[in-house]
Amino acid sequence: MTGHPHSVERVLSAPIDLNGTGHYVHWGVVQLSVANLLVIGVMLIVFAAALLLPFPRRRGRQ
Amino acid sequence: MSELGGAGGGWTGAVRRRAVRALPPDKLLPDTQPAYMASWIYVFGVLTLAALIVVLATGGVLALKGPAWWHVSGTGKYVNGLHLWSVELFMFFMVIHLWGKFFMAAWRGRRALTWVTGTVCFFASIGTAFTGYLVQQNFDSQWIAGQAKDGLNSVGIGAFFNVLDFGQMLMWHIVLLPFVLGLLTAWHILLVRRHGIVPPIDATDPAAVTTGEAAR
Repeated sequence: MTGHPHSVERVLSAPIDLNGTGHYVHWGVVQLSVANLLVIGVMLIVFAAALLLPFPRRRGRQ
Repeated sequence: MSELGGAGGGWTGAVRRRAVRALPPDKLLPDTQPAYMASWIYVFGVLTLAALIVVLATGGVLALKGPAWWHVSGTGKYVNGLHLWSVELFMFFMVIHLWGKFFMAAWRGRRALTWVTGTVCFFASIGTAFTGYLVQQNFDSQWIAGQAKDGLNSVGIGAFFNVLDFGQMLMWHIVLLPFVLGLLTAWHILLVRRHGIVPPIDATDPAAVTTGEAAR
């Protein structure tokens, strides 16, 4: 085998360590995991991008 | 033999005439769309549908092969992962589709039933996803079932919807809820075809122009 034995695993592994307890944020009775908060944030970004980015048009299409 | 638009032909003829009147071929499979559809926000409905097809296909394979396969074999873990991530994308796309349609007031122009079927699809999807958590056959599903039973018992439905009963939850997850979701999705898409894509708020609705109905 060439190269470092753990190099492939390192490339394929998650960019952050997932082998631990989750992180949570609290607002009163509301408890939300940081992972879910990130997904909601990405959804908002994708929603804004879908509204703002120009849609490619085929020539001659009405 | 009766003509397409004529009377007669028994109940099959009546059903055919009604179906063709409600959804003529050019509406069922249109080859053009209004110019305002050229926006990324109109893409999320079909992305949701594409993700749902992957969810159903991978779920079908998991149901045939069983938990020993999806927990142990490499291919099983891969298909299990595909099922999970296609569900994640399904929910992701569906929520953006929902936001887009909500802010577009997509129930305008006699599209209330399209909005309602989409909303019920959303809630049916949540139920399907939650029962999916319960049939993973691992400690995670046991813990979720243990937590969920208290909530369901507190509202008095624990005797009928028993989250600790794996067989019952498996049937909800792979038969009853997907059947309901599939029917609702098909109905939702046919309604979109029938009434057309909802226009932006300041645009003219081609469906209202052709039928003489004002967009409400």
